[in-house]
Amino acid sequence: MGILEVKGVNKRFGGLQALGDVNLSVQEQTVHAIIGPNGAGKSTLLNCLVGKLIPDSGSVMFDNQSVLGRKPHEINQMGISRVFQTPEIFTDLTVLENMMIPCFAKRDGAFRLHALESLGHEKGIREMAETMLEEVNMLDKRNAHAGSLSRGDKRRLEMAMCLVQEPRLLLLDEPTAGMARADTNNTIDLLKEIKEKRKITMAIIEHDMHVVFSLAERITVLAQGTPLVEDTPDNIKGHPKVKEAYLGEAAH
Amino acid sequence: MLGLGKKDFSLLMLVLVLTMLAPFILNPFPEGSGMAQFNAGYPDLMQRFVIFGIFAIGFNILFGLTGYLSFGHAAFLGVGSYAAIWMMKLVSLNVIPAMIMGVIFAGLFALVVGFISLRRSGIYFSILTLAFAQMSYALAYSVLTPITGGETGLQLKSTDNPILSNLAEGEIGRASLFGLDMRASIELEMGNWLFTLNMGYYVAAFVMLIAFYIAIRIFRSPFGVMLRAVKSNQNRMNYTGLNPRPYTLAAFVISGMYAGLAGGLMVAMDTQVGPERMFWTASGEVVLMTILGGVGTLIGPVLGAGLIKYMENIISKINSDILHTWFAFLPDGLEDLVVTLIYPFIGKGWHLTLGIVFMLVVIFLPGGLVEGGQRIARLFGKRRKSEDGSSAGKTTPAE
Repeated sequence: MGILEVKGVNKRFGGLQALGDVNLSVQEQTVHAIIGPNGAGKSTLLNCLVGKLIPDSGSVMFDNQSVLGRKPHEINQMGISRVFQTPEIFTDLTVLENMMIPCFAKRDGAFRLHALESLGHEKGIREMAETMLEEVNMLDKRNAHAGSLSRGDKRRLEMAMCLVQEPRLLLLDEPTAGMARADTNNTIDLLKEIKEKRKITMAIIEHDMHVVFSLAERITVLAQGTPLVEDTPDNIKGHPKVKEAYLGEAAH
Repeated sequence: MLGLGKKDFSLLMLVLVLTMLAPFILNPFPEGSGMAQFNAGYPDLMQRFVIFGIFAIGFNILFGLTGYLSFGHAAFLGVGSYAAIWMMKLVSLNVIPAMIMGVIFAGLFALVVGFISLRRSGIYFSILTLAFAQMSYALAYSVLTPITGGETGLQLKSTDNPILSNLAEGEIGRASLFGLDMRASIELEMGNWLFTLNMGYYVAAFVMLIAFYIAIRIFRSPFGVMLRAVKSNQNRMNYTGLNPRPYTLAAFVISGMYAGLAGGLMVAMDTQVGPERMFWTASGEVVLMTILGGVGTLIGPVLGAGLIKYMENIISKINSDILHTWFAFLPDGLEDLVVTLIYPFIGKGWHLTLGIVFMLVVIFLPGGLVEGGQRIARLFGKRRKSEDGSSAGKTTPAE
């Protein structure tokens, strides 16, 4: 039994069957990639996992609890963090403040009225945030405005904000989309490091095969809303069905 | 000190000194001189400075931190006023219970309005709050006449006999603080200068200091960071396990309570209420005050409130006769021309002046008067200590 179990998930948008009978099982402490051509339903599937979309039928279980019908912040509190295609950070706040927010969320839950407490007295939270920033080599930028960071740094900050919550499952939505090769390689290194150090289960949606084959231990290929195959990277590489799906896309 | 950083503490001290010395600072011109009409140090106006200062400080907690632009904040001011005057009519002439009632009722009303309005953001939120405020105005004006006094409003009458005060038969009650009359004043004559130290003003100023202190604490709290996070990126907030809704609702209620406090103080200073206090122009005014002073800064809203109230009361009193005496030194034809050119901007035309000042500030100083102060400070190469309220103010123009 995997940490994340998706069973028979269907989702229609009007006349379009975005997801048709999707089954997926992500095992604990593995990196599981979900690949597929454009329009295969990868992002729809991810949105169903985090509570942004609700499937028409089927079940999504995380750690034996259903996530369906829960709000995104509740699902996050269960232990699922998400990294976006374009880094989503608090651009108006400083790097340190950005980092402190997930620390507060971890300690205080979804809401707490700490209106008359002083931010300066939150030594524990500050330490936790600074340790994490140190780990991703961003401590020297702690007083910078997050909006002024380079794209690579924004990505690292977002990743660090997710990691400081110590999630049990990290979802990554095309973490290298639109990046230059050098940045892509940096991101791969960062993810590898996370994988080794923290043993976090990761599910990655990715277009770039270079990224997928450098990181993934299991790969699910999605085409037209249904999983084609699920296997190890080595077996996927030469799989005829996969070639067909990608070549089919290229022929359009 | 007081749980504040050094910078914030000196800002608080600056405001303390300014408010306590306001009767002197605002009366720089000797009595009877031509400039005396620019004196703002009379109780009625000074009370308005601090009361609208409180209103704007509270509004800024919502608008400045979360970015939610409420266009119906005057409704809470009105509700606070009505609650306060009923407290005075029925229970006690003491201003403290009246203010507490104002805060409680405004807070409860804000909870209802916020719960509904915060389902939407952006312009839809603004329109929803505006709708609520206009409904409240219309209700106060007509249907709820037994409670609100309708068009004429409410005031203390000789028939009111609050249970905790021993008024003689037919005596009209006066607002007081444990027996000290709000209208009591000490007049100091120094040479040609006349300074009025008014009881009501000092009570209001003291309340504003407390309100300002609480606002600083909120700005510097983890809660304050969360509110700025709401403004910055609600999506990330959701996926960080935080629920933005209760945060915005709490900010909305706190800001409504500030408005209720301001409303209660208005009644404490001048024991009457009318529905026009809730009219939409009153809601718009607090938006102007906040933007003019500096959105998201601590001191900005107070400055903005001061500037608008000063213009409303001083510029509107200049008339064409006064202009003619000013420009009497010019040749006749030229004098008439200059007076004709300036005339639209004074008296009832003060709105035109306000409009132009507002446009200039928004275009050239998007950070409001606070940004202006910072630029001047930078120009002189000195680091002025504590004008800046928060880092949020620097980057966020009016929205």
